[in-house]
Amino acid sequence: METFDPTELPELLKLYYRRLFPYSQYYRWLNYGGVIKNYFQHREFSFTLKDDIYIRYQSFNNQSDLEKEMQKMNPYKIDIGAVYSHRPNQHNTVKLGAFQAQEKELVFDIDMTDYDDVRRCCSSADICPKCWTLMTMAIRIIDRALKEDFGFKHRLWVYSGRRGVHCWVCDESVRKLSSAVRSGIVEYLSLVKGGQDVKKKVHLSEKIHPFIRKSINIIKKYFEEYALVNQDILKNKESWDKILALVPENILSRFQKSHNSLQRWEHLKKVASRCQNNIKNDKYGPWLEWEIMLQYCFPRLDINVSKGINHLLKSPFSVHPKTGRISVPIDLQKVDQFDPFTVPTISFICRELDAISINEEEKEENEAESDVKHRTRDYKKTSLAPYVKVFEHFLENLDKSRKGELLKKSERDFI
Amino acid sequence: MEFSKKKWRMPRLAGDQRNASYPHCLQFYLQPPSENISLIEFENLAIDRVKLLKSVENLGVSYVKGTEQYQSKLESELRKLKFSYRENLEDEYEPRRRDHISHFILRLAYCQSEELRRWFIQQEMDLLRFRFSILPKDKIQDFLKDSQLQFEAISDEEKTLREQEIIASSPNSSGSKVVLESIYKIPFADALDLFRGRKVYLEDGFAYVPLKDIVAIILNEFRAKLSKALALTARSLPAVQSDERLQPLLNHLSHSYTGQDYSTQGNVGKISLDQIDSLSTKSFPPCMRQLHKALRENHHLRHGGRMQYGLFLKGIGLTLEQALQFWKQEFIKGKMDPDKFDKGYSYNIRHSFGKEGKRTDYTPFSCLKIILSNPPSQGDYHGCPFRHSDPELLKQKLQSYKISPGGISQILDLAKGTHYQVACQKYFEMIHNVDDCGFSLNHPNQFFCESQRILNGGKDIKKEPIQPETPQPKPSIQKAKDASSALASLNSSLEMDMEGLEDYFSEDS
Repeated sequence: METFDPTELPELLKLYYRRLFPYSQYYRWLNYGGVIKNYFQHREFSFTLKDDIYIRYQSFNNQSDLEKEMQKMNPYKIDIGAVYSHRPNQHNTVKLGAFQAQEKELVFDIDMTDYDDVRRCCSSADICPKCWTLMTMAIRIIDRALKEDFGFKHRLWVYSGRRGVHCWVCDESVRKLSSAVRSGIVEYLSLVKGGQDVKKKVHLSEKIHPFIRKSINIIKKYFEEYALVNQDILKNKESWDKILALVPENILSRFQKSHNSLQRWEHLKKVASRCQNNIKNDKYGPWLEWEIMLQYCFPRLDINVSKGINHLLKSPFSVHPKTGRISVPIDLQKVDQFDPFTVPTISFICRELDAISINEEEKEENEAESDVKHRTRDYKKTSLAPYVKVFEHFLENLDKSRKGELLKKSERDFI
Repeated sequence: MEFSKKKWRMPRLAGDQRNASYPHCLQFYLQPPSENISLIEFENLAIDRVKLLKSVENLGVSYVKGTEQYQSKLESELRKLKFSYRENLEDEYEPRRRDHISHFILRLAYCQSEELRRWFIQQEMDLLRFRFSILPKDKIQDFLKDSQLQFEAISDEEKTLREQEIIASSPNSSGSKVVLESIYKIPFADALDLFRGRKVYLEDGFAYVPLKDIVAIILNEFRAKLSKALALTARSLPAVQSDERLQPLLNHLSHSYTGQDYSTQGNVGKISLDQIDSLSTKSFPPCMRQLHKALRENHHLRHGGRMQYGLFLKGIGLTLEQALQFWKQEFIKGKMDPDKFDKGYSYNIRHSFGKEGKRTDYTPFSCLKIILSNPPSQGDYHGCPFRHSDPELLKQKLQSYKISPGGISQILDLAKGTHYQVACQKYFEMIHNVDDCGFSLNHPNQFFCESQRILNGGKDIKKEPIQPETPQPKPSIQKAKDASSALASLNSSLEMDMEGLEDYFSEDS
């Protein structure tokens, strides 16, 4: 994939918003079947324009209005906010206190920088294949819980475009959840606690809740390859000191005699299992081995993103201005194969489009074909296509659910 | 919002129909009452319920909730005031009806401020928790169903399928207990406090809650519903307050009418300053006795002590003039400059009598207030000795008061068990030489009144003719007289029926 040049953004975005952005699917999502009046019209969007100009409380009448505005303003970033009591673009005309955020999807933001204390390969905004596994594990663990524990059916996972992933939970009942319940859900999903000054960040009590047990089972599948080989967390003194601080016995000599992280981990497991039987030991509980695994692998969520109903989050299919990558949906069936480095950049798909257009101009073109039809075919010919397909699959499930609910409701009313 | 003009007459219910309207001894108060009652019954029900809730509060401080002592005392209180508490008793219609109506009346009085609402909700929750705790297991399911809560107990098969998960999720229960207990399946969002801390098993959007945890959830539901209802009621308040029949009653109620905030005294001016020394040993509770002693010895008290003791003295009947004289005399003995006193301290005394600034007539501190707020530090003498004194020091104090060793050890045990007011009651019993003090202590001035009653041979101080030392007419007495005469005239017009009140509680108004 060619390198992306941020200075080309204005031109690229123009083309992207005119020919490639999947408006009809996007509208289909946020309109939610038109079941609730004005649901789309009361939705807040925010745009970040060139030169970092940020405008909030954008709202649109329908799909075509959305298209026109996006093409006109050419936003560098698009965020999606809540559905309000009134049209956000008229919020200044509303009586003070009457303009309220009412519903929004439950969202999660998992950011690689939150793991800087446990990854050796990269730090801050950088990512690489070695640490991306953290995101894979996070998606598996969180998604399982959202689906099996909470019963949420419509979960859209999206690559953020640089160093993390987002999740949008779109079930009807979920959109209505209060801030308190959202906070509670994040709490349920949290295990790693403490900032820089805290050495041991995971403390398990004697009883292991099913959520924790199932999460550990997921981590076990990845741990050896991710932590002991790729991250090599017990490679040398610098890295193993952090872990030795969590372990009661002095196994330093054993560590020094061993040759690699795998061997050292075996020694550590032996020590940890001794803790399991020694209940009197207050500082080192019975689950030491798991606590270390969790500290190094368990997902870290930002509660502020999830708890606020009016929180604005980056929109799927928006472009990341620094990397040029499109925020694409992630196929849950293929989450292990997802590679952020193969996600198309805006420059790549624009070049693809150009190449295709040139080819097509040479063929005979039916002039009567509408611009829209043109556009709906366009993205299909680029590398964006498979991701839009994932999105459509998600939308079909939403539709099916809605039809099912309406049917149930009409049956009830009929009776 | 008008009083509805329709005359709703609830037909006189016979036998089974009466039981049908109140199928349980407890309820969530979801439906307001719709019958007519007389003004007198309105007032009496309200007063009785306030007494009940005050007892609930008191017992909650004196005893650990849920213990046998707590339960039996609360039960006897409920029986005494003729409110419902237990299933399967005879003639339950009347107590349940009283419970129902009185709750709604108090909503009118206690919706008026954040503090009142909080207090009301807390006591009602404690009351519900008690009633629920003595509900027989087989009645629980029925009660939940009737209360429109979506809680269903799962079948044994379903329990077995999930047994391991449920055991692993419940912090305190062991395997065997789970097998025996009922498990309730409720939507996860209704079990917020449980699932956020991973204290319950979640599956497919439902929380599988053992019986013992269901109580917490039910109480939360109740609190949420009641809180919302009070907010709604508050909106109707202007209309309620404009009703002349209700206004004095409701004001009276929310100022904790049990007659005992001791601010509108009928005994003003009956105490002379030279009686105080002897009264302090005979009729003062230990907190005030020690403050008085410290004042006499040091010729000074710090702010906390001046507030607590000064308001108490106002409560037992000191006039403003007496108070000024009292404090000044004592402070001067401590070599204070009289002018400095006038400048610095007299203002505060006048302020606490409502003669300066906001002109709030501050009420003497209740036991709870003294126990829970503003703990004393070095050089302070205020607070509650049973709460704030070191046990050794407390023992010495009691010995100096000539309490018998047996009595002292009982008192110390009670104090150690945080039953401070009960310890004080014991002190009362010891110095008055009675077996049972006969009241539930919640206010230092109450201690004084009860003590005086015993020492003066049962005569209530309030009924004695007023002989003020200074010729000033006390405005507060006047007000008290007006209030009671207003009530009296109301009582006489009591055949008027209370109608349409249920509209104040409904959402559509």
